Amino acid sequence: MTEIFYVVSISALLLSFYKSKEKTKKALSKAWKAFENIMPQFLSIIIIIGVMLTVLSPAQISNLLGNESGWGGVILAALIGSVTLIPGFVAFPLAAALLKGGAGYMQIAAFISTLMMVGIITIPLEIKYFGKKAAILRNLFAFIFSLMVAFGMGVFM
Amino acid sequence: MKKGLPEILKRYRVFMILFLLNILLAVIKPEIGLKSLDLTWKNTLEMLSVIPPIFILLGLLDVWVSREAMVKYMGEGSGIVGVLLGFFIGSAAAGPLYGAFPVAGVLLKKGSKLSNVFIMMGAWSTTKIPLLLFEASAMGPKFTLLRLVMDIAGIGVIAYLTEKFLTTGEKDEIYRNSMLKI
Repeated sequence: MTEIFYVVSISALLLSFYKSKEKTKKALSKAWKAFENIMPQFLSIIIIIGVMLTVLSPAQISNLLGNESGWGGVILAALIGSVTLIPGFVAFPLAAALLKGGAGYMQIAAFISTLMMVGIITIPLEIKYFGKKAAILRNLFAFIFSLMVAFGMGVFM
Repeated sequence: MKKGLPEILKRYRVFMILFLLNILLAVIKPEIGLKSLDLTWKNTLEMLSVIPPIFILLGLLDVWVSREAMVKYMGEGSGIVGVLLGFFIGSAAAGPLYGAFPVAGVLLKKGSKLSNVFIMMGAWSTTKIPLLLFEASAMGPKFTLLRLVMDIAGIGVIAYLTEKFLTTGEKDEIYRNSMLKI
């Protein structure tokens, strides 16, 4: 998928260059500025993720959710999902393995949903763009919604 | 844009402190410290491979799409078109949610409606097409479809509520802030 994005962005860049050299230069300088602007937070976040994922290994997550059940497990799963940042292509096989290991659909749904929608670690970055209130509200609503998704999964799966 | 060294040191000081702490951790507790440094390195490489096209596209978007066009298609009164565009941009995206923040910044700067920007972020976080295919193969189609249906409704509700809870002054502040970002 990343390859597609490279093809699209490079094609767009060439087209832009063909249309206007000046504007293309401006676009690239803006792209760089936007990138550099978030670099400090970005690098800090990546270090925190590195330490967190080492301390909180997939095996441990599996253990916690496998032993817990009911809403306690759901809330725990939602909290773990909120504070971790795992790429989707790692999270889904992990989730599938957790299901096989005996975790319930509700817990897994809560974990996946918060993993994707709630980002406690990235909240400083989000605040930079949206301000404190909007960032906190969005994450809070997403957390509550994830519990509802878990409930829905419990009913339908 | 040229910046002095003190300015750079100031901006990166949190990162540098964390980095030193991580090195310290590697010395005291190598089994955790070294593994986390390794993870950090891998994540950095992943980020550097995913992110450049996003920023190039948003630079081009900023230069080529006029404010008038953005307001017309995604601004106040853009109606269902703005909602669908928000869904489309987010679903066609790649990379983790933090990649969506700068894109959100450009949309805001150009005058997109706040709730449409939140819809874009919601779609970016949960209805990305390649990820859905991946999810279906790992979790089964029933789980994926159920989650997708609930998420589409949820994204709309979260976007609507988040915007409703903000005062006009707070929204203005977000728009003003977006002008400084790129």
